[in-house]
Amino acid sequence: MTSDLFTYTLRLADDAAILGQRLGEWCGHAPTLEEDIGLANVALDHIGQARNLYSYAGEVEGAGRDEDQLCFLRKEREFGNCLLVEQPNGDFAQTIARQLFFSAFMLPFWRKLTGSRDETLAAIAAKAEKEAAYHLRHSGEWTIRLGDGTAESRARMQDAIDLLWPYTGELFEVDGVVERLVADGIAVDPETIRDEWHATLRRVCDDATLTLPPVGWMQSGGRSGRHSESFGHLLSEMQYMQRAYPGMRW
Amino acid sequence: MYTQALNARDTEAGAVEDADRVAAFQARVDAEEKIEPNDWMPEGYRKTLVRQISQHAHSEIVGMLPEGNWISRAPTLKRKAALLAKVQDEGGHGLYLYSAAETLGVSREELTEQLLSGKAKYSSIFNYPTLTWADIGAIGWLVDGAAIMNQIPLCRCSFGPYSRAMIRVCKEESFHQRQGYELLLEMVRSSEEQKEMVQDALNRWWWPSLMMFGPSDTDSQHSAQSMAWKIKRFTNDELRQKFVDATVPQAHYLGLTIPDDKLSFNEATGHWEFGEIDWDEFMRVIAGNGPCNRERLAARKKAHADGAWVREAALAYSRKRADRREAARHAAE
Amino acid sequence: MTEKTTPLWEVFIRSRTGMAHRHCGSVHAADAEMALQAARDVYTRRGEGLSIWVVPSSEIIASDPAQKDELFEPTASKIYRHPTFYEIPEEVGNM
Repeated sequence: MTSDLFTYTLRLADDAAILGQRLGEWCGHAPTLEEDIGLANVALDHIGQARNLYSYAGEVEGAGRDEDQLCFLRKEREFGNCLLVEQPNGDFAQTIARQLFFSAFMLPFWRKLTGSRDETLAAIAAKAEKEAAYHLRHSGEWTIRLGDGTAESRARMQDAIDLLWPYTGELFEVDGVVERLVADGIAVDPETIRDEWHATLRRVCDDATLTLPPVGWMQSGGRSGRHSESFGHLLSEMQYMQRAYPGMRW
Repeated sequence: MYTQALNARDTEAGAVEDADRVAAFQARVDAEEKIEPNDWMPEGYRKTLVRQISQHAHSEIVGMLPEGNWISRAPTLKRKAALLAKVQDEGGHGLYLYSAAETLGVSREELTEQLLSGKAKYSSIFNYPTLTWADIGAIGWLVDGAAIMNQIPLCRCSFGPYSRAMIRVCKEESFHQRQGYELLLEMVRSSEEQKEMVQDALNRWWWPSLMMFGPSDTDSQHSAQSMAWKIKRFTNDELRQKFVDATVPQAHYLGLTIPDDKLSFNEATGHWEFGEIDWDEFMRVIAGNGPCNRERLAARKKAHADGAWVREAALAYSRKRADRREAARHAAE
Repeated sequence: MTEKTTPLWEVFIRSRTGMAHRHCGSVHAADAEMALQAARDVYTRRGEGLSIWVVPSSEIIASDPAQKDELFEPTASKIYRHPTFYEIPEEVGNM
């Protein structure tokens, strides 16, 4: 039981940490100064969520691992984040599409998780829900502008949506861990979110004059530690200090 | 400081200005009245401000890069969040300052163009590389420390928008220096190896930090006029001395050695005396030949070029929407 | 200058203290919604605000500094508008 809750919390923590890591790469390189600051805010929200979730995962595990040991000292195959969040930033359209897909899922996800029987997860969810609402608004408004902007921006935004679409299936995957925790009233059954998620994306894409791809073949593997090639590079960068200087305080 | 290169003299002779207006303007400045964008001001005052404020803004923007270099590698999540928030703040400070410059009639796009074309200068300090994590602490402690020395008097600058921007910046920046020093403190206490990293960072950042205050007063050509206009309140050397006096004991508390064998405390004056700054290095870096000048400018140019289609799309969408609204209004009539 | 200029917006924030919206700076944005988001991201990073107004800078009508005397001098002599102009015996108490 403990191990299910640990795995579940850790996956959520990994999602947040890895997306925060990717978004942080933008700082100083965004299309406008305003957006440099905006994207950094989104990154900071995710890093904050990751800290809370890792800390709780460590507590649940009871082996004395803290947030940093969980984030910086696990190996590639031990990470359970979905593949979507680890996808490279690409151009601004890809970053926005990744955020739109993810936030459109996480907003109803966190809202439902506030009703979890696990009080800590419910409390984390209550804070994260508000953050996700803004992330969705931010990425949605940009999707509309890029989709309905110039011919170039429209092509780039559509490409980004097509490119990342196959990574959305994983958001809805249910394995034994999720199944058991749903039965216990702790986890969210992602199937209960699908309609809202799809409706949100449809609304944004309609406004943006973009086409949402049909549900077809989907990527999978992140939850069981099979990641993209780029993920190892992300980890080697993110974990560099803890690996190069083991056991030191910072 | 962030506006070191300001100390080059204007070559063009200013147009002759009405002596009465100039005198009335100076009287307002002397009475500590704030000058606002629409008030009459001497052309030299306007030019100096546009140049100083925009250089200050450019410094904040370029200054995001050396520290940004470590966001992805911060050793803990707490440090990652603090660093990201700090670099983000610098972007915000650049934005406030660009806005202040814009009140004088120069657009953000023009200011950006001046930076990217290499026409405008920014602080020489940001042309040095961040090689280890200790550099992040050293920048917070020394570079932000030096910046605060300079910016606090700027809060009383005679030009209203600049002074207001500085008040906001100073309020937000108070955490920057503290996070840097705390980071170093944690390192020197943690292990001998980390303490060596910190000493190495101090060795590399000390002199460039002293250069931030700009040329010595004897060589600084704009100082007197800027002081009279109350754009500047202290001379370069006064600020530099204040900085050294504040910083040396902080270095000692960390158990570090300042890389200056001429450093000594003068009991009579109560000041720390220090060795000669390598002004050749300073001039060389200002002129474009520092370790990272080309990289920094290339990074800014790339971000600007990569983002062009995004900015165009946002404008195109806004035009389309206005047109649609207009069309709907016509249809309704 | 090939780059088109993105409009400038003035930002006003109503703080938690219940004071009126107060000018705090400006942002560049292509339209109102983006201006609002930028204002939120730039000017409320430290929990400063509970409400934001953004106004196109070009829509601000300002008084002319050259008319400062005619606009603001006349009020200087109207000291009878201030409570201290009137003397009330101390025994009466606060008023």
